[in-house]
Amino acid sequence: MSHAWVNSVMPHLVLTAGLMVLLLVVAFRRSHALAMTSTFLILVVAGALIPHSLAAGSEEAFGLIRVDGYGQFFSGLFLLAAIVTVLISFRYLDQRASSCEEFYMLILTATLGAMVMAVASHFATLILGLEILSISLYAMICYPQEGRLPLEAATKYLVLSGVASTTMLFGMALIYAASGSLSFSALGQPVDNQSENYYWLGQGMLIVGLAFKLSLVPFHMWTPDVYQGAPAPVTGFIATVSKGAVFAALLRYAVMSDVLSNASIALGISIIAVGSMIVGNLLALLEKNIKRILAFSSIAHVGYLLIALLVVAALDDPEIARETMMVYLAGYFLMTLAAFGVISALSISASDQDTEQLADYRGLFWSHPVLAAVLTSAVLSLAGIPLTMGFIAKFYLFAAGVQGALWVLLWALVIGSAIGIYYYLRIVFTMTQSESTDGSVRANAIPVETIVTVGVLGAAVILFGVYPTPLIELVRGLIGAFGA
Amino acid sequence: MNILALIMGLLAAGVVAAFSERIHRNAPRWVSLIAFVVALIYTSSAWLGAESGTEEYARQVLPWIPRFGIQVYLVLDGLSLMLVALTAFLGIVAVVSSWSEISERHGFFQFNILWVMAGVVGVFSAFDLFLFFFFWEVMLIPMYFLIAIWGHENRAYAATKFFLFTQISGLLMLFAILSLVYFNYQATGVITFNYFELRNASLDPDVAWWLMLGFFVAFITKLPSVPVHTWLPDAHTQAPTAGSVILAGILLKTGGYGVIRFAVGLFPEASQDFATVGMLLGALSIVYGGYMAYSQSDFKRLVAYSSVAHMGFILLGVYAFNEIAMQGAVVTMIAHGFSTAALFMMAGALQQRLHSREMSKMGGLWVRAPRMGAMTLFFVVASVGMPGLGNFVGEFLALLGAFQAHVPLTIAAAIGIVVAAVYGLSLMQRAFQGVPNPDVGEFEDFGAREMTVMILMMIGLVWLGVYPQLVLDLSAPVITSLGVAGL
Repeated sequence: MSHAWVNSVMPHLVLTAGLMVLLLVVAFRRSHALAMTSTFLILVVAGALIPHSLAAGSEEAFGLIRVDGYGQFFSGLFLLAAIVTVLISFRYLDQRASSCEEFYMLILTATLGAMVMAVASHFATLILGLEILSISLYAMICYPQEGRLPLEAATKYLVLSGVASTTMLFGMALIYAASGSLSFSALGQPVDNQSENYYWLGQGMLIVGLAFKLSLVPFHMWTPDVYQGAPAPVTGFIATVSKGAVFAALLRYAVMSDVLSNASIALGISIIAVGSMIVGNLLALLEKNIKRILAFSSIAHVGYLLIALLVVAALDDPEIARETMMVYLAGYFLMTLAAFGVISALSISASDQDTEQLADYRGLFWSHPVLAAVLTSAVLSLAGIPLTMGFIAKFYLFAAGVQGALWVLLWALVIGSAIGIYYYLRIVFTMTQSESTDGSVRANAIPVETIVTVGVLGAAVILFGVYPTPLIELVRGLIGAFGA
Repeated sequence: MNILALIMGLLAAGVVAAFSERIHRNAPRWVSLIAFVVALIYTSSAWLGAESGTEEYARQVLPWIPRFGIQVYLVLDGLSLMLVALTAFLGIVAVVSSWSEISERHGFFQFNILWVMAGVVGVFSAFDLFLFFFFWEVMLIPMYFLIAIWGHENRAYAATKFFLFTQISGLLMLFAILSLVYFNYQATGVITFNYFELRNASLDPDVAWWLMLGFFVAFITKLPSVPVHTWLPDAHTQAPTAGSVILAGILLKTGGYGVIRFAVGLFPEASQDFATVGMLLGALSIVYGGYMAYSQSDFKRLVAYSSVAHMGFILLGVYAFNEIAMQGAVVTMIAHGFSTAALFMMAGALQQRLHSREMSKMGGLWVRAPRMGAMTLFFVVASVGMPGLGNFVGEFLALLGAFQAHVPLTIAAAIGIVVAAVYGLSLMQRAFQGVPNPDVGEFEDFGAREMTVMILMMIGLVWLGVYPQLVLDLSAPVITSLGVAGL
């Protein structure tokens, strides 16, 4: 056996080693700036090693992980999200927590968990990654602030996420009992009649557990509270990395285990998808808190994205599903991070809660044109308006859905998007109105690194919206060269 | 002629205008004005420079998203050329009409105007369906900003309604576009968004009918036609003057253009089956729009509803499916661009001076502002359909052609012209004639700047009315290529 696998998991190893280094750094010298810089460098090095790990070839190690272009694309995205989170958290934490250094370790562990999920091809690695990710998130949610809301959010997330994990584990146990295997690739085989019921029950429970994590309707109740309670940079991280990791794993699982060939499961997922698109968008209409609006909007987006998953069942060829998933999540990452980046930037010196009421955003166009432009492009992108990445992403979903002839889901997508425009537009409208007269929270200056970070994200949203070809080429290259 | 350069030029001018405000308060509007003048000259030179008998004035093809066979495919044929020239001209009108109206954020205002117009030019010249949809939406967002930021008292409602109507109908069109591409892909194995290739797609008649409907709904929402017209009175009334001029003058035309080029062009048979419904909606819009216009007391709202009526002639003309009627629709598009832009400019000028759009607060204005009165009279009479002016030619041709296709609907539509005379004259009567309203003090009449633009539009309408042949020659090859019967 060659040692090629060491090369192929190099980014994961660097992240693990980096974690130890950071631990030592903090032990010897407590300095927020130093901890932040070290974390930033660790993440950058891990990201830079991804091409290197791909050069080692598609690798399946120990039957536990499969390192391929698909998985490493997501690893790259998670690292990117982590880098953005580090950059926007720095000043935000500085104003709040007395000791901030451990927060960066949590970011590293959470990212590592997500990256493990992206390459997991076995239930053991899947649950390992998921738990590393989730447990880090509990702590991150209530890290910097002492208050009722963060605590409530963390507790809620802890309890519900725990329930979801348990459900999943029970499901896995049933699947194992019926099929005798924990590896994704071995699950495609038929099981004997006697244990078939257990098998599909197990699959159903697994899907329900993942739906909890993805906050799909009807398992979405925790989302708005957690989004609201968590500090804005962490919310951005949860919205992107934790959902992206589950999706990356779910699609790999669906393709390898052929679970969607069961008509009832495919139907169940379709119902969940339609429900999420409609309910998520409808509930967002009622909110006046921008973090809660984005929470409901994320429910809808996850519903849209299930179309890509269902295409696997409708078409024999999973390639279009993979491509759609990758392009959509890349877009979703960029626009969500941009939106939460702006919220964090505006909340840096907010005292008690984040700057999250819609009314706080009045006149942002005139007081902070750059931030307003970024938030506008992010929000319009979430709404799927052309010129933005969100349109390309939605276009991909349409193209995939039409190919898979998923007409009902496409209609739900149209209706959901139509409802969504209203509340996205309300955010934009609020920003264009004349400034409020009551001493604005935004009188303060925004630090340079935050402006640059969100500016780059906003520019990327527009750039890939106008000329998506490089991204599409990258995604197709990764799928083509390293097919799973 | 380089169409992409024209579009990019307008976009770039928008960015320059936005930043030029830092140099001088007045710089943005000069940037904008110069950009539109240059665009008009550039477009006209392509037309004047072409040899007679040319059917295509420019063509540009560049790769864009090869994954889906999407290209930057821009073509200017006679119809497109005319509408692009109209766009550039109305850009000038819009800038002039808002010269002194906008008091803050000049830079961003001109940015939005230039970007709307760039989107419109793209819509009129895109022959790749994806690109078309892209530009269709590009013109939407700046227009939304124009209403939402510089609009009047009820702007939040109006802007949101405008956006929702356009966007939702746009989603239906996107759905139809993708389905069309997919069905073509199934038949031929090639993914393409190219207009000319999709025209030859062999479709099941039922499928074609549904796809046509997707396009049709999007276009009649923009046009607008009854029953999806309700965004228009609000958007027009609440928009700043330049916004109303652009909306009525040019954005509505993108709907008419879309019907001709895409709904009919891509699905000729399905559209033929649908012709009676199309004509019915046209006739309904004419009568209903006229009736509603008469019952308004708000100057701008009245003009807005009259637009609904005029746009009915476009629908009536297109779905009569013969050359004469379709020519009438095209002439109406151009003539309405001039006459309504002028009337909205007048409404804006009055609101700026009187701080009201209510006609009950006007009355006898002719005495105070004879130049404004005379101009209003001219454009009201034009819009009513006085022979010798552009609107008459358009409506007459549309009715003449429609008569061949469906007599009762044509009669109903002709009644609409009578209604137009009623509301047109009542507008004139209530605002400018009668006893001068004692509450209205002295105010400034039109100056040289406004008069120049007004006279240019007058020349345009008289020219169209007396010698419409130029327009007819430009649009004839396009209409023939749609395969409609001559008369």
